[in-house]
Amino acid sequence: MSVTAEAGTFLERAPLVLRDAVVQWFPAPLQWLAHHLITIVAILAVFGVFFAFTTVAERKLLGRLQNRLGPNRAGLPWIKGSKLFGLTQPFADAVKALTKEDIVPAAADKLLHFLAPVLVVAFSLMTFAVLPFGRNLIPVELDAALLYFFAAGSATELAIFMAGWASRNKYSLLAAMRALAQVISYELPLMLSVVPVVLVVGSLSTSEIALAQGGWTFGFLPHWHVFTPWGFFGFLLFLVAALAESNRAPFDLPEAESELIAGHLTEYSGFKYALFFMAEYFGLTALSGLGVTLFLGGWQAPFAFLEFIPSYAWFMLKLIGMIGFFIWARGTLLRLRIDQLTRLAWQFMVPLALINLGNAAFWALTSGWSGPLQFVRWGVSIALVVGPFILLGRGLNGGRGPRTYRYATS
Amino acid sequence: MLGSGILKGLAVTAKNFVGSYHDPARMVTVQYPEERSKLPENYRSFPLLVCEDAADPMGTLRCVACQICEKECPPQCIYIEKSKDKKPDATGKPQLYPTVFAIDTSVCMGCGICAEVCPFDSIKMDQVFEVAATDRFTELLLNREQLAKPNSYYHSIHPTEAAEVDARLAAARLAAEEKAKAAAAAAAAKAAAAATAKPAAPAQPPSAPPTASASSTAPAPGAEAPKSYSRVS
Repeated sequence: MSVTAEAGTFLERAPLVLRDAVVQWFPAPLQWLAHHLITIVAILAVFGVFFAFTTVAERKLLGRLQNRLGPNRAGLPWIKGSKLFGLTQPFADAVKALTKEDIVPAAADKLLHFLAPVLVVAFSLMTFAVLPFGRNLIPVELDAALLYFFAAGSATELAIFMAGWASRNKYSLLAAMRALAQVISYELPLMLSVVPVVLVVGSLSTSEIALAQGGWTFGFLPHWHVFTPWGFFGFLLFLVAALAESNRAPFDLPEAESELIAGHLTEYSGFKYALFFMAEYFGLTALSGLGVTLFLGGWQAPFAFLEFIPSYAWFMLKLIGMIGFFIWARGTLLRLRIDQLTRLAWQFMVPLALINLGNAAFWALTSGWSGPLQFVRWGVSIALVVGPFILLGRGLNGGRGPRTYRYATS
Repeated sequence: MLGSGILKGLAVTAKNFVGSYHDPARMVTVQYPEERSKLPENYRSFPLLVCEDAADPMGTLRCVACQICEKECPPQCIYIEKSKDKKPDATGKPQLYPTVFAIDTSVCMGCGICAEVCPFDSIKMDQVFEVAATDRFTELLLNREQLAKPNSYYHSIHPTEAAEVDARLAAARLAAEEKAKAAAAAAAAKAAAAATAKPAAPAQPPSAPPTASASSTAPAPGAEAPKSYSRVS
């Protein structure tokens, strides 16, 4: 956050003003440290609370999607009969996780077994450093922010394998390998779906990508990438790959709770187990934040007249919307088999992402076209999305058809 | 096209989500401790002892300590001790009564055989199910004071069955009264005959038919024959 508070409404400037005011209390040599520590504490506090309420929102939303109520009992323990719509459920869950016995297998590698949950949370938190939460509100201004994001995000895979290996349990190890196979498979489509944005904007910096999506055509059509053919399709690919990357349904094979005993987390209990879930939600939040930044206009307001609402509020609203969609998808879709999962990645998403890259290159080259050529530009770009999608979609299940069951007839 | 199924699925769950807020037919959840669904009439949990008067449960128990239930109980969770004296029962006839009637509900399996075999419609099945206890010997081993429930309570949990039982008992009571009347009339006639003339031997046989007709007035003679018999005799 090298930029200091500047012009804008008071609410827009409030977080930076507050930070600068607190930094002033420290002696000059320590100010850089205070500056960064305040940022870290702010991210931990905001996204820690955000994680807590994501869990309860997910459970309530999943309940409603299945015509159930969801958790609605946990109130304040010192007020008898208070329920608060179950909003204090995450704190009850945290107390429960903390008071559970922490069992470490006798043969486990004690150090790595302890380190894995710590690292997985640390790496997933590191990705928050380069997300622009608002105008000038970015923890670390990096030129290669996207590279950093994916480097930190991929490091969680290391921690996943560490968890499986350190448990000294063959099932954990196998499950960790499966998880690794999935996450590495989807790393490629995830990055390939992001590259078109880099190509068009011409920068790896997330704050510049968010800035490039500012402005409106006719005052109400925002210049977000999702409203271009390649951007829309790239966003879809990004959504699917992000689901798989964060091990969410329908790609939650690594710890398919109805089939496996938690996969690579078999030997984890108590709060260490909760830490893995925390990391999963942090990873999901960070990937959603990246999707918002790259495709949904970052902190930009959708309409010009709504700009009075502070930019960080827009970012958080879009983030909540994306996470809501992920929960909706979880409440709807069935879990894939491992062969379906890898086939989808390698036979469908990777080729489509590569074609989409060419599409974005075409879009970038034809940025000077105007008048009727605009229609040609849009037509070619849409054709480059729809055509391959239909053709490859047909081939995806070619020859595999619906299964016929010889004995189990309905 | 690929993906159309996913969109359809998303629409279904979205409908569920919206519908769950305004359509009570979708939300079947009953929030148990505050809301309770009505138990079916035939639901049964543990036995109870029916008494006629809630104010004096021990004096008006229908149980006559015949011990049939004790003998029939498969897990043998019933323990009965007979009284030495006799008390008038519901029909006014002197009967034994249980001084001890205990059911160990931690052993009881809720089969309802005791209620089926009881000839006096005394033991019936209750509908309580919140019987959690911290000590099985004080809270789950029920004595006759804890087991006794008034007939009105029995009506509230099994209305149809209780109405049948009441009709049957009323008929039996009526039959007993008629028989008593007939016996009194016969005795009066006999006394009168004895007073007027010594040769009163032919008067004896006609007193038997009233007894037979009284027992046949009880409803459902086939199944209820032993009950009405035992009550009348």
